[in-house]
Amino acid sequence: MKTIRIGCGAGYSGDRLEPAVELAEKGRLDYLIFECLAERTIALAQLDLRQNPEGGFDQWLRERMEAVLPICWKNGTRIVSNMGAANPAAAARATLSIARSLGLHGLKVAYVTGDNVLPFAASLLEPAAADGPIPDGWQEHLLSANAYLGAEPITQALAQEADVVLTGRTADPSLFLGPLMHEFAWQADDWPQLGQGTLVGHLLECAGQITGGYFADAGYKDVPDLAHLGFPLAEVMPDGTATIMKIEGTGGLISRATCTEQLLYEVQDPAAYITPDVIADFSTVQIVQTGPDQVRVSHAGGRARPSQLKVSAGFHHGYMGEGQISYAGHGCVRRAQLAEMIVRERLKAWEICELECSLIGVNAIHGDALAPRPLHEPHEVRLRVAGRAQDRAVAQRIPREVEALYVNGPAGGGGVTGFTREMIAVESLLIPREAITSSVHMETA
Amino acid sequence: MRLREIAHARTGDKGRLLTISLIAYRAHDFPLLEQYVTAELLSQIFAPVLAAPVARYSIPSLHALNFVLPRTAEKSVTHSLSLDAHGKCLGDVLLDFELSLLEIR
Repeated sequence: MKTIRIGCGAGYSGDRLEPAVELAEKGRLDYLIFECLAERTIALAQLDLRQNPEGGFDQWLRERMEAVLPICWKNGTRIVSNMGAANPAAAARATLSIARSLGLHGLKVAYVTGDNVLPFAASLLEPAAADGPIPDGWQEHLLSANAYLGAEPITQALAQEADVVLTGRTADPSLFLGPLMHEFAWQADDWPQLGQGTLVGHLLECAGQITGGYFADAGYKDVPDLAHLGFPLAEVMPDGTATIMKIEGTGGLISRATCTEQLLYEVQDPAAYITPDVIADFSTVQIVQTGPDQVRVSHAGGRARPSQLKVSAGFHHGYMGEGQISYAGHGCVRRAQLAEMIVRERLKAWEICELECSLIGVNAIHGDALAPRPLHEPHEVRLRVAGRAQDRAVAQRIPREVEALYVNGPAGGGGVTGFTREMIAVESLLIPREAITSSVHMETA
Repeated sequence: MRLREIAHARTGDKGRLLTISLIAYRAHDFPLLEQYVTAELLSQIFAPVLAAPVARYSIPSLHALNFVLPRTAEKSVTHSLSLDAHGKCLGDVLLDFELSLLEIR
């Protein structure tokens, strides 16, 4: 019986390279997938593209391709990734140039376009129901609008024998479903089958988050050798039943518990996980531990794909300024509170839209309402002042006023840090499926 | 007894929504979670960060609950000025809850 081995070499753009290389070398993989595009990443990539017509794709693409292309070429492993971000064509050109410099002549690189809907976004989009109203006049501040494409362009590229497929905005599980549909000739309307394939993709898409990453809790959930965490691969059968595993000798843990956490990660209704390909049903999934660091997943379902596609739209949202300063020893909380009062007073002269002050170590993560009152004064606290302004120069006043506490504030402040950056807000919108036309382009090294 | 003695959790975010899974370590503790850790309870606990009531989904075969927390627009991951803009640390607030307190309510 034919089985397909599919691994995940990145769960986000900045993910670790070493486990991906190890997976490529030792995983006997048919496919290696890199998922590198968070909700906001593509808006940032669009800004990069405006500065540089050959930019706008994943900043780590070159490093990744240089490391894995020769191994994958030798082993016959095909690569699928959304590292194309805002500019899949330039990502493909960069990959081809690396392939040529490594002597990988004949390597075929495909790229997928059609997700960029910015040119006609304002007339076609509506806010996603779950997200409620979006700010007035949003069309004017729109920086990017990218529809989530599904698995079909990837299957087309693979049918044309692409060795590397680069996409822009594509639903994360679709990066995995594409190869499985191609290999097992699953029909695009075989909903339960696509639901099971989507389950495999969803479990793998965050890489180390199913092999023991984001899981360890000393004394409750111990994970061996987390420092050498291995990335996951799935051995998939023609009916989509998959065994999740990792390279022998790598650190981490694959168990029912790690799989269940990842199964529900960023899922709303487990019976209706919506992708461009299918509405998958994870509520019936069976997870069975079949060996050490090995689980079998099966019995996902599915029903007809949605008629609308989700669009991630990026908006300019002013500028954020942040400054931090530490206080230690007796009275440190009172001195930090005095520092906060001083900064608030000095910033009154400026047009700041929102200002948030908190004490790191006391209430900075969840605010006073959720943080229990500490029983003892801490040995040290760190004041954090964060604010937003429409004007960059105004936002810059915030870290400057925190820094000025050195000379003009309470005793003993130390370790000031600060930054100012443009804020890109992301909203989810919906677009009719018919409005989108995707295309596959192919070039050979 | 804190919830973390019998269950583990993972927090995720999607736009303005936060999701928290709550998974019983042992299947026989799941009915306890299902009975006491309700959507209403989470709506109370997390009221300061919520824009609307919490929704709860139950997956008995995995002895797991899944909660969806709608945040206000200002608190969504890309708008928020918070240190943990994603809200990733929130699951541990849930795990710190005392089950005896739950039973009294």
